[in-house]
Amino acid sequence: MSSPLRREDVAHVARLARLTLSDAELDMFTEQLGQVLEHANDMASLDLEGVVATAHPFGLINVVRDDVVRPSLERDVVLAMAPDSQDHRFAVPRIMGESP
Amino acid sequence: MTLRNGWEMVVGLEVHTELKTATKMFCGCANSFGSEPNTSVCPVCLGLPGSLPVLNERAIELAMAIGMALHSTIAPSTFHRKNYFYPDMPKDFQISQYDLPINLGGYLDLPDGSRVSIERAHLEEDTGKSTHLGGSGRIHGADRSLVDYNRSGVPLVEIVSGPDIRSSAQARAYVVELRGILIATGASDGRMEEGSLRIDANVSVRQADAPFGTRCEIKNLNSLRSLQRAIDYEAARQVDLIEEGGTVRQETRHWDENVGATSTMRTKEEAEDYRYFREPDLVDLAPDQSWQDRVRAQLPPMPAERRSTLRARISEPVPTVLDAVEVVIDLGLDPFVHAALDRGVEPALALARAANELAGDLDGTSRLAAAAFCDTLLMEQRGELSATQAKTVLAELLARGGDPRDIAALMGYEQLSSDSLGSTVAGLIEEFPDEWTRYRDGDEKLAQFFIGQVMKVTKGQANGKAVVAELRARR
Ligand SMILES: [Zn+2]
Repeated sequence: MSSPLRREDVAHVARLARLTLSDAELDMFTEQLGQVLEHANDMASLDLEGVVATAHPFGLINVVRDDVVRPSLERDVVLAMAPDSQDHRFAVPRIMGESP
Repeated sequence: MTLRNGWEMVVGLEVHTELKTATKMFCGCANSFGSEPNTSVCPVCLGLPGSLPVLNERAIELAMAIGMALHSTIAPSTFHRKNYFYPDMPKDFQISQYDLPINLGGYLDLPDGSRVSIERAHLEEDTGKSTHLGGSGRIHGADRSLVDYNRSGVPLVEIVSGPDIRSSAQARAYVVELRGILIATGASDGRMEEGSLRIDANVSVRQADAPFGTRCEIKNLNSLRSLQRAIDYEAARQVDLIEEGGTVRQETRHWDENVGATSTMRTKEEAEDYRYFREPDLVDLAPDQSWQDRVRAQLPPMPAERRSTLRARISEPVPTVLDAVEVVIDLGLDPFVHAALDRGVEPALALARAANELAGDLDGTSRLAAAAFCDTLLMEQRGELSATQAKTVLAELLARGGDPRDIAALMGYEQLSSDSLGSTVAGLIEEFPDEWTRYRDGDEKLAQFFIGQVMKVTKGQANGKAVVAELRARR
């Protein structure tokens, strides 16, 4: 049904996630992710004629909350979790490219 | 602007509006513009592991109200994760509606009679705000970036028009009319300068009636001026390119307001691969008829209806008056004008004071009682206040509220009430019997003499027309 996972696919996904993988890692993840996808592919062997696509196991709809403010976290606590901060903001390395 | 050699521009707009809710889309953090950085954040909007989003009911109702005002169908909808790696989105994905949006189809009629179709209006969450330090200020070359997540998770509705717009002026009219609707529904404050309305424009060119050309998307236009200039620039650039034998590449372009030009941000080949998939932590949204009816029942009249109601009360639709109607409708000042017309104020005066004085201090209108506005205009109309004095009284009412009579008295305008004007004139008649006799015998030039005398006594605060009326009454 689906073509096996290619090494280029893994390299592409890694690039989207801004991950640098070594050649050995690329081989390893192609193998591992391929197995996961193959397992998902087992579904194809079942007879699903007439089964409606299901995105969620519960039949719930319209789960909402009231628009009421609740306390937020303390800023000092929040920023203490970050590797680095400056001027009460999270400091991150230089951004490559623009926001999508 | 018209394009040369029979070229026509084809424009579709994507308008993003932040919703005026008390809290964010998926958590109870306050949705507040301008608070101290990172004071309105929690595990959900920081994307901490194990946190779970829950939909804000008010955000859904505002999205429905927008859809209803745009004649959309409220449809069963779902949420997806739009995956991308960028520090302003701490989860590394944005929750957005994808193939099944809450509002499907619809249209918006513009004041010039044209109709722009609406493809969809869907819910999504806003991102955090990053500031880039060092380098040139543009993102490339910045040494590090600082992120404030107060805006992360603020509810947004994105309204996507069909490719029906044919000029930058029509694009502007569309955004102005849409902004009026967003303000009327209570969905947005419509403040573009604070970023609560952000626009992307899809622009292509073609020869009339030819198939659509390749389009470019211009990102993040945040003023009406930028919108118009960017569209005109981009259409002209594409025409130049094609006439020189080139072809337009499908790409995303960045508008630089200072340079007055667009430049390539990324091409189609570099386009992001967002790997959308269903958000497993949210269930489907399917507002039933009774929920929809409740929202519809609370919809106030939209700008188009308010415009025609107001126009119907104006006997002399001259251009200045019609321009004032547009300003008044756009800014939601029509209740003041209707109140004044009900009390017998001339339409031209009511519209002028609303479109100039009230429009000049919109925040102040919350302090201004309609009755005080009407009283001030009636005093001006009766000649008890000059135009300048009436404007000063209005400015004071907008700044501090109060009673226009008290303000006029405090300002020393009380001698201009019809009683005191009457006694001023009577005094002058006694003082200048010869001039009065000549005036009474028909020498109209002497009216100017008496007006001059009244102005001297009142230090220039009298209304000339009221003085003449007073003189005629005593003739
Ligand atoms: Zn939060």
